[in-house]
Amino acid sequence: MSARPLAFANVRLLDPASGFDGPGAVIVTEGVIADVVPGGDLGALSKDIEVIDGGGKLLIPGLIDIRVKTGEPGFETKETLKSAGRAAAAGGVTTIVVQPDTSPVVDEPSVVDFILRRARDIELVNVYPAGAATKGAMGERMAEIGLMHEAGCLYVTDADRPIVNSKVFQRVLSYAKAFDTPVAHRPADPWLSAGAAATSGEFAARMGLPNVPAIAEKIMLERDLALAEVTGAKLIVDQLTTAAALESFERAVKRGVNATATTSINHLSFNELDIGDYRTFCKLDPPLRSEDDRQAVIEAVASGLIKVIVSAHAPAPAEDKRLPYDEAAPGAVGLETLLPALLAFHHEGRIPLIDLVRTVTSAPAELLGLPGGRIAKGAPADLVLVDPDAPVVIDADKLTSKSKNSPFDGRRLQGKVLRTVVDGRTVYSVL
Amino acid sequence: MATGAAYDRPSMSGAPTGLNEVLQRTFSFPKRHFLSATDLNEVEVANLLDLADGFVSLNRQTSKKLDLLKGRTLMNLFFENSTRTQSSFELAGKRLGADVVNMSPRSSSISKGETLIDTAVTLNAMQPDLLVIRHSSSGAASLLSQKVGCSVINAGDGQHEHPTQALLDALSMRRAFGRIAGLKVAICGDVLHSRVARSNIALLQMLGAHVRLVGPPTLIPAAADRWNVEVFHDMRKGIAGCDVVMMLRLQLERMDGVMAPSQREYFRFFGLDREKLAHAAPGVRVMHPGPMNRGVEIDSDVADDLAVSLIQDQVEMGVAARMAVLTSLAARLDNER
Repeated sequence: MSARPLAFANVRLLDPASGFDGPGAVIVTEGVIADVVPGGDLGALSKDIEVIDGGGKLLIPGLIDIRVKTGEPGFETKETLKSAGRAAAAGGVTTIVVQPDTSPVVDEPSVVDFILRRARDIELVNVYPAGAATKGAMGERMAEIGLMHEAGCLYVTDADRPIVNSKVFQRVLSYAKAFDTPVAHRPADPWLSAGAAATSGEFAARMGLPNVPAIAEKIMLERDLALAEVTGAKLIVDQLTTAAALESFERAVKRGVNATATTSINHLSFNELDIGDYRTFCKLDPPLRSEDDRQAVIEAVASGLIKVIVSAHAPAPAEDKRLPYDEAAPGAVGLETLLPALLAFHHEGRIPLIDLVRTVTSAPAELLGLPGGRIAKGAPADLVLVDPDAPVVIDADKLTSKSKNSPFDGRRLQGKVLRTVVDGRTVYSVL
Repeated sequence: MATGAAYDRPSMSGAPTGLNEVLQRTFSFPKRHFLSATDLNEVEVANLLDLADGFVSLNRQTSKKLDLLKGRTLMNLFFENSTRTQSSFELAGKRLGADVVNMSPRSSSISKGETLIDTAVTLNAMQPDLLVIRHSSSGAASLLSQKVGCSVINAGDGQHEHPTQALLDALSMRRAFGRIAGLKVAICGDVLHSRVARSNIALLQMLGAHVRLVGPPTLIPAAADRWNVEVFHDMRKGIAGCDVVMMLRLQLERMDGVMAPSQREYFRFFGLDREKLAHAAPGVRVMHPGPMNRGVEIDSDVADDLAVSLIQDQVEMGVAARMAVLTSLAARLDNER
């Protein structure tokens, strides 16, 4: 599918992979970046080329979000691959990695193939499946990791469910290593976390919410890191959210353990007090943490200890959220709010813009061996034109996602996606 | 000490010429038991293989019977089910003229709660000369050997060793290639649980072969890289340029998500088929200790191709190799008395 050639002229190019930040222009033909022109003098161009005047706005690589849930197959009322694709495009996200806890679970190659074929037909953003690490994501028997890898899955994970049996987890790690497939795991002690809706502390106690001590994350993380070390496998620590766990993680990385940590935009943006009067849109898994934990996570992103930020997009329709707090479904949609929420740390002066953009572009691309996430000659033409300063008020009801469960509802942020291009095709534009 | 002529009956009537020549040779087999391939040295192995070669000729004659073990009692004590190893030892004993008794756990008092050592002491009182044991626990044969007065032969102890299998494999290879030194041998599959692999690694390395281990990381012992072998998790790379591809038996219940995700995934990546075999050296030979899981670890197309497969030869060599072991141990017993 080759769309009409494009040129982005008069833009501020920001490419974390090369470290370039300055005026420039980009020419796109046949779905790939044909040329990158620092300074931005395009010279004479063929008439066939659609020239987009960026008006000095920011052009960055399309965002890569490696933890996205849709409801397809099985829970299409929450979100389909198509509605998630539209939401991603509107949010400047050009690549999503979908989680395997669908119905059926993505634990064998034919389901991987189904998702890839659906995504090809929909033709919005790039979609890659993550496969389940164990059959049915039940944590007992290994899934067909090798066959799924061949079919095109990027990593394996049981998504929200920790793999409790350490022997099973060890085997998954060592088996996946033979295929150079990373294993993502949510560190959460299953017994401490059972039934919890909030993090232990004064707030949860006062509100009378079932709670999990923050240390549950560290307890499981220590096991995971030790097994990653002994097997030499590539571990993705799925959503580090507490200061205590970060301390364990930092020690392991210094020791040379092959582990990469992610965190979610939600845990960077909210703390447990945002739950307020039992706002179920703030019920997340892992639950929101204390302000001290949130500050530690921001610090870890700033220092580069946490390399990748995810939206943790988890659609839940109103019927699953309009319930008493501890009965409500956890999770928040995030594809459309990821970029402006991220830019908040730039506007606050906390984290340099290029470092923020890296966590959602070149860092996840490098982690999973993806060709995108950079603005370079020959790279896929996955690009986003952004006005980083434009003020926006998030209105959950106006989100593209089928489910509207956004904790950012009503929040004032800055950053507006003007145009999203995937493989040279414009999939979203307000220009 | 056992030195000098090991066999007191040179020039057996009825024995093929080649066998007689070997029997007349002067060498010693100074061990009372046959427990581990690591107990042997290169000279002992060479002598055993020469002797076994002679027995192969004998076994192909119409009259296969000798009286080298006349008057001796061989007890087969198999705590694990086995068809080929047990019948192989039984035939080996009978062809050498020994009285052979088969014991199995169902008919023995082990099922009534007797310990291994009590059973050993009981059997020992019956004055056997040769005791062949297979047991599911590593080290069982060694334990038994400390409690009995006869020779103990390890026919497989847990995940430890199966030394007569390694000997018959070496015999099959030496007959197919004329040598073992310098051969590249890939041992593929469930190395983790395999006593066949452990005995073969020891014996083949002693004889100068280059050993590689091929399998998913879940089926290769974590410390295998310290066994002076090369470890591969990609089968095509692992068997590239190999002269021998030795497949190991898989227990199917381990293939359902426990050690490997499924039989179809296992076959896809670690099953031996023509396409993968094409990466091996020209003239490659395929081995398997049996019983095979066709379509899981080996394609029938390969297993049944007599130009490639040594699998039937291995069974034939098994009887001869065990005859060589029994003869050598019995000769030692003679020297003791």
